[in-house]
Parts: sequence; C-alpha cells; structure tokens
Amino acid sequence: MKQLLLGDEAIALGAIHAGLSGVYAYPGTPSTEITEFIQGNALARERGLHSRWCTNEKTAMEAALGMSFMGKRALVCMKHVGLNVCADPFVNSAMTGVGGGVVVLVADDPSMHSSQDEQDSRHYGRFAMIPTFEPSSQQEAYDMMAVAFDYSERQCLPVLMRVTTRMAHSRAVVEVADEARPENAINYDAQAANWVLLPANARRRNDIVCAQQPQLEADAAVSPYNVLTDAPDHSLGIIASGIAYNYVCECFADGCPYPLLKISQYPLPKTLVRRLLDACQRVIVVEEGQPFIEEQVRGVAESRHILGRLTGELPRTGELTPDCVAKALKAQLAINDGQCADTKDSHAHAPLSIENKPLVVPRPPALCQGCGHRDVYTALNQVLQEYDHARVFGDIGCYTLGFLPPYRAIHSCVDMGASITMAKGAADAGQWPAVAIIGDSTFTHSGMTGLLDAINENADITVIISDNLTTAMTGGQDSAGTNKFEAICRGLGVPDEHLHVVVPLPKNMPEITRIIREEINYHGVSVIIPRRECIQTFKRHAKEKKNSKQ
Amino acid sequence: MKVDIILCGVGGQGILSIATIIGEAAMNENLYIKQAEVHGMSQRGGDVQSNLRISSSPIASDLIPRGKADVIISMEPMEALRYAPCLAPDGWVITSSVPFVNIPNYPDVDSLHQALAELPHVVSLDIEQLAKDAAIPRSANMILLGAAQRALGIDFDKLCDAVRRVFARKGDAVVEANLRALAIGRDAR
Repeated sequence: MKQLLLGDEAIALGAIHAGLSGVYAYPGTPSTEITEFIQGNALARERGLHSRWCTNEKTAMEAALGMSFMGKRALVCMKHVGLNVCADPFVNSAMTGVGGGVVVLVADDPSMHSSQDEQDSRHYGRFAMIPTFEPSSQQEAYDMMAVAFDYSERQCLPVLMRVTTRMAHSRAVVEVADEARPENAINYDAQAANWVLLPANARRRNDIVCAQQPQLEADAAVSPYNVLTDAPDHSLGIIASGIAYNYVCECFADGCPYPLLKISQYPLPKTLVRRLLDACQRVIVVEEGQPFIEEQVRGVAESRHILGRLTGELPRTGELTPDCVAKALKAQLAINDGQCADTKDSHAHAPLSIENKPLVVPRPPALCQGCGHRDVYTALNQVLQEYDHARVFGDIGCYTLGFLPPYRAIHSCVDMGASITMAKGAADAGQWPAVAIIGDSTFTHSGMTGLLDAINENADITVIISDNLTTAMTGGQDSAGTNKFEAICRGLGVPDEHLHVVVPLPKNMPEITRIIREEINYHGVSVIIPRRECIQTFKRHAKEKKNSKQ
Repeated sequence: MKVDIILCGVGGQGILSIATIIGEAAMNENLYIKQAEVHGMSQRGGDVQSNLRISSSPIASDLIPRGKADVIISMEPMEALRYAPCLAPDGWVITSSVPFVNIPNYPDVDSLHQALAELPHVVSLDIEQLAKDAAIPRSANMILLGAAQRALGIDFDKLCDAVRRVFARKGDAVVEANLRALAIGRDAR
C-alpha cells in the first residue's frame, strides 16, 4: 500500500508495523510528529500501545529500558538536545544491553531552525558504542525500523536512529506493509545481572560490548544500506551519508560519474572506505551535520586527499543544500578539467531593493496576538524598569521570543530548566533582582530540581512559571504538570504567602505588577504562576467544542 | 513531467493545505513527490515556506536547487519576492496581492508590486476580496491554487477530485466552498 508520509510519520508507522509496544518521548522539533502519529494511529490504539508524553527525555529513555527489560519493543524519540538530557541512561543502556528491541530516534536540527545548537547525534552513538542508522529517504526510514528492532534484539544493544530536519519534515510516497508484526510477549529470561550496573557487572559488560564492535563494523560493511557504486572516473570519490546522499544524486541526473559510497549504517565500515580511498585520487565527504565521517576517514588515509567540511569545500556549519553540494562537486570537476569552476546560477530576476531600501525584510516569529506570555512580559517590564540592574533568566519555549522587540525582556536562554538555576547562581553572586521565567512544561521537564536547590538555600530569586496549560512551542502537546503546579511548589517548600496565581490579562495589570514588585522586594524564593490557556490550543478547543455540538 | 514548486507565506496562512491538495492530486496520478515543510518556531507569525517537487521519475533531493523552481505560489507579496532568486528564468509566480503587515518595517507596497511585475510570468490576485465577494472568506488559499493550476500542469478536474477527498470529512459545505474557490481562481487569472 502507498501512503504520502512525513519522514517522522514513516518512522512511526515503521515502528508500529515492527511490533512496537510503546513510544516514550518528550516533544521537540523536529521529532514531535512521530509520537503524535502513533497517538492517532488506529492499530496503535487497538493494541493499546503506550504513547503518552513523558515528563522529559530521561524519564522516556528509562521507561523504554523498563519495557525492554520485560522483553517488549520500545521506541524513544527526541530532538538532538534531548539526547543530552537522557545521556546518562542512553550511554548506560549499552552496558545493560536490551531484552526487547530498543530504538532511540534522535532528530538533529542542523542550521538550528528551532534549536540552541547543531550537535550531531552520531557522536553519541560512537561514544556509547551503540550501532547507528541514518536513513536517506522516507522509504528507507520506514523499512529501517523493522531492521533496527531486529538488529537491536540480535545484538542485545539499543540502536540509535539519527535523522535530520529535512528527513523528519519532508513528505514522500512510501510503500508500507499491509499488516503489522505482533508485539513481543513478556519475557522473563532477561539476563538479570546485566541490568545491575555494579562495577563487577558493568566491567564484564564493557568487555563484551567492546568485543562486539568489530562484528558491528563487519555488519555495516555488508549492510544493504551501505553501498559502494563504482564508476569510470577515479579522479574523485564521494562518500555521502543520510540525506546528503540525495543532494549528491541531484547533481548527477544521468548517474554519478565517480565512485560513490553511500553510508546509512555505523560504525563506519572502514573496509568500504579503504576500497574507495585506494581507488580514487581524492575523496570528498558530504554529510549533514558535523564532520563525523570526515574526521574518521582522515585517520584512514593521507589527509590531504580528503575533502569536506574541514577543508572548506563544504561549509563548516549549517544545513547542506543541493546548491552547496553542487558547488563543491562542480569545483572538483573543474579542477579535473583544468578549468575555473562555473558557479554562476541562472534564475529569474527582480529587484530586491529600491533606492538602497530593501524590498524584502526579515519576518521573525513573534508571540501570538492574545498570548498570555505577552501580558506577563508587559507586567514584568513595567516593574523592572524601577530597578537599576534587574536580570531576567529565560528558558526554552515560546516565551524565549520575549528576547525580541517589543519586549527585550530576557537576558539568557541556555537549556531546559536553566532559568531557575541560573537566577540562583546570579543571586549567589550578589545579583538583585534575579528573576527566572519558565513555562509550565519546561518547569516539570527540568525546573523542579533547580527550584529545590533554591528553596534549600532560600535563594533571593523570583520565579515566574508562565503556565499556558500546554507544551505550546511544539504545537500544543499535553503538559505533564497541568493542575499540579501549586502542589509541586508547596511540596518543594515554597511558602504559601510567596506562592501566587494570577491571570495574565491586560485588565489585571495592577494586581500582577503589585505582586511581582512585592515578591522581588521579598528576599527569598517566591513563585508567581500567571495562568491562562495558550491562545492556539484555546482556539482549537473552542472549534472542537463547536463541532461536537453540531 | 516534472514541476518544482515553492509555497510560501506567513505562518498560519494555510500554505500547507495547498501543499496537501497538490500532493493528493499528484499521488493519485502515481507521480513521485517530495515535500519539505517548516514546522516549529518559525510558524509563530514568521515567514514559512515549503518545497514541493512532483515528477514522473524518481526525485533525489527534498530541496529545490536555487534557480530551478518552476512555480512560486505565495499567500503574500513580499514573501513571493523573498523567493524570487529560487525561480527558474521562465518560472511562474502566483501570489496574493494583499500584504500581511505584522512587522514595523514592511516595505513600500507599490514598489513591491513593481518589483514583482518585473518577473517574467506573474499572476497577482486580491484573493481575499475575491473570497469575500463569493462569501467563502476561509477559502482564499484555494482561489490561489485555482489560479496556479495551469502553471502546475495538473488537470483542473484532478485538483477538484483531490479537494473532494481531502475535505470530505469536513462535510459537503466545506467541499463545495473549496471547489468554488478553485473555479474562481482559475477564471480570475
């Protein structure tokens, strides 16, 4: 059967058809649609597959290990920076090994369309000695899920599947199976000692996993996803991985004239690399993300013959495009022909400026009209202008847009939960007022532990949990702490008289500003919770209500 | 057959619905499709675009090389101009003429239209007025798609069939409004 699927949807359906029993995930662009697809899939519902959102990536990874321990197949999904949050259980999962197959799907975001950095998750796979898959098409992404689960169970290791934005968020027609493999039954044969990472057990497992590595590499050398295609012109060889393979193919409509090694499974198969290097005068490495293959290939051959992101043929940072790949390959072609590269492109022309004034200006994203965060920033700015050196520590979510005009309200945004802990550190350094602003979902993801630190030292900070009752930035997924925030704060030790809930609306401005001012002037931890539903989910819910009435 | 299309506009204007209809029509014709979308932060009132490629032979790249787009379909005139450098020398631009002003430094509108008019093949329509006149204000994006139909090289009937399939679950009234919108767009250019 043929379906038009996003890369993320192909992955989700591939997992369901591979006998998945549960997906564990925290929303993050560009990975969110995988879990959403499973939540909406009829077969997944019929089978009762676990698909509820987790509080963060670490709880997700650990729950998946628990499911695997019982012999069933589990999928963990996250964006690249989420892998930092669950690095502890991820790396240790190679030491425990798995029972039922575990696939850890990580969606990298080169060019940082919606992210804080452009880290390349393949490094984590290598670091943890975990086999890694990197599909180059939506069809491959679908097909690979079954292969990855089988391989995970055969090797008793989790499998890392790495995709990038353009794979996750691009649609193509995918041929899918008509029926799904059954789920695994519960299995009590798991090697219990493997799961207890006391040093004695961990050392034994470490030796085993190290000893497995040559076999993993040998498997990659004969993988149908790693293909070396010979061609007559040996002046250049090309290594292309994942989606970058498509950009190389785009340049050669009549077939690639150079030997081409496609890589979609790691560890990097050095025998294939060696064969290409031996046959070709120079080799260019085209890969999305950091120069992961390029650095390893430089260890195999004389580095002056290896070209790529490290040598400037391709841009050192940012997403690849068919244009920069074509430019790099054309330049090599020109060197071979002894000519200058023709990099002029031909396109339709229209003036993009008039009298030196641009006709096209940036249109940055902004907080929605009617969004409660707007009222929170209006109130906060109004109060803080009364102080000489107020500092506001921001966090990850829609409200990070408070950095932009007209608010210019935050001074930092580092990682999930850092607002509270950074405000505390600043207060420790003597800063006052030190204000943290964090969203509801980010608070339960990684803010609660930091608040406990602050409480334990009665740090002089004011924490604003801007609660819009959802995980808004990624499109309105359920937020783990909804209806629990006052209880959580009280439980962590926030005193009642310094815990306030307000409704962020323009008419409430006098009350909100008064409370913010009073709590800044209180020298200890206080928490203010402005609470009003996200305007986007509000509209969606209103529409659903209207439709259900009809 | 091969058409490379850039769809663009401002987050929330409905460019992905246009992409869905074209994709549905193309899949029904057993054509190859690749469609790169933008999700996440940029959807919050920022500029959004989607690369949609349709071909009777396999497609390699999800992204359209610069200067190779056959058609730009834009819900907003400045956004149309933003992607002009992506357009092939003889490519078509089908755009809404109505500016979406959510930034303080929006350029002079007359100059913008003059610049657009210098492109080889431009259809600029006040789709919002057309939609209002026909009492289907929510179907402006389908008027734009109707206007793009000839440039896309997809039979009008096939687009109508795709609208019927995609909007079926929203009821007859919605299907009917969008079919009328397609016809208005086709006849307006």
